Amino acid sequence: MEYIVLVISAVLIKNILLAEYLGNCPFLGTSKRMDTAVGMGLAVIFVMAIATAVTYVVQHVVLVPLNLGYLQTIAFILVIAALVQFVEMFLRKFAPPLYMALGIFLPLITTNCAVLGTAILAIRRDMNFPEAVVFAIAAASGFTLALILLAGIRERLEISNVPRALRGTAIGLVMAGLMSLAFFGFVGVDSSLKAFVQN
Amino acid sequence: MSLWKDFSKGLWKDIAPFRIVLGLCPTLAVTTAADNGLAMGLATTFVLTCSNILVSALRNIIPRRVRIASYVLIIATFTVMVELVMQAYFYPLYMILGIFIPLIVVNCIILGRAEAFASKRPVLNSIADGVGIGLGFSMSLTVLGAIREILGAGTLFGYAIFGPDFSPMTFMVKPPGAFVWLGLLLGVMNIIKRGRV
Repeated sequence: MEYIVLVISAVLIKNILLAEYLGNCPFLGTSKRMDTAVGMGLAVIFVMAIATAVTYVVQHVVLVPLNLGYLQTIAFILVIAALVQFVEMFLRKFAPPLYMALGIFLPLITTNCAVLGTAILAIRRDMNFPEAVVFAIAAASGFTLALILLAGIRERLEISNVPRALRGTAIGLVMAGLMSLAFFGFVGVDSSLKAFVQN
Repeated sequence: MSLWKDFSKGLWKDIAPFRIVLGLCPTLAVTTAADNGLAMGLATTFVLTCSNILVSALRNIIPRRVRIASYVLIIATFTVMVELVMQAYFYPLYMILGIFIPLIVVNCIILGRAEAFASKRPVLNSIADGVGIGLGFSMSLTVLGAIREILGAGTLFGYAIFGPDFSPMTFMVKPPGAFVWLGLLLGVMNIIKRGRV
């Protein structure tokens, strides 16, 4: 039951994009069209789940026993970069259709701060292994949800009369702000949800 | 002369994150107050300048095929240095900036400058570029932080600037305010640019 609270909290209440401010560059870059938004979202879910699982193991099997906690940033970014490369090669060899759909987004994911951010957050919040993986999948789903919602809005903005100065990224950011305000309405839901689950 | 040009373009013509729309996550996250924005900007400036120096000095040694991985490793090294120094000497700030200090490593501005500038130019020009872009980024973060702090908390750099009757718009220091203000400032920059052309 705690996992339900964890998922709802990561998807809606502390949405990684709109409340934790992670992954905004791909958010604005790939939200202009619906199909790129869906592709990017799926690629992020895929990579984020694997990356968080692997970095969790690296942290608790390698860094902590050897007292190398201060190397966390370097170790994680290298692991993620190598992992993205590996996933790309694996998909190209064994799942070409999936590679065709996600391929162009994979290199962009290395510098997506949401991936590194989620990995570090899972460590800093003292989660255990299943919690960390569920958290990563939920956070990535929240990312995808926000990305697809914004893409839907921006496709309609294309045909509406936006002031010239605000066209493009600027109005995208204002829209993200309004969406963030809507998601802000979920704040406080988690404590009552926790109480409900425990009873 | 070209050194000055490389330095000054970061302060207005190519100012991050308005003219180069990169590095949005720290921009949105830490600008809840002017001094947090300034601190984040200076930390980024340090990492950017140092990584520019190293990338530029090693530009004829690093093989082209592994260049991105090498740049990431260089940037990560300086990021860890900043992280450890801040943890030791600026602990309250370290706690406020939190996860966004290790995330300097994935700030696209730094990797972008390494790839687009430092990997092709001499060391001195790369230093000028790094300091210029870094200070421009710090300026932007400070301005955005100041706007949000004044409206959202009624203070500037921690000093109260309104009377006791001022009721702050808490919305401004929360995530929605960050997105809306960054969007509006981007619009203002577009108007200024169009007016000049």
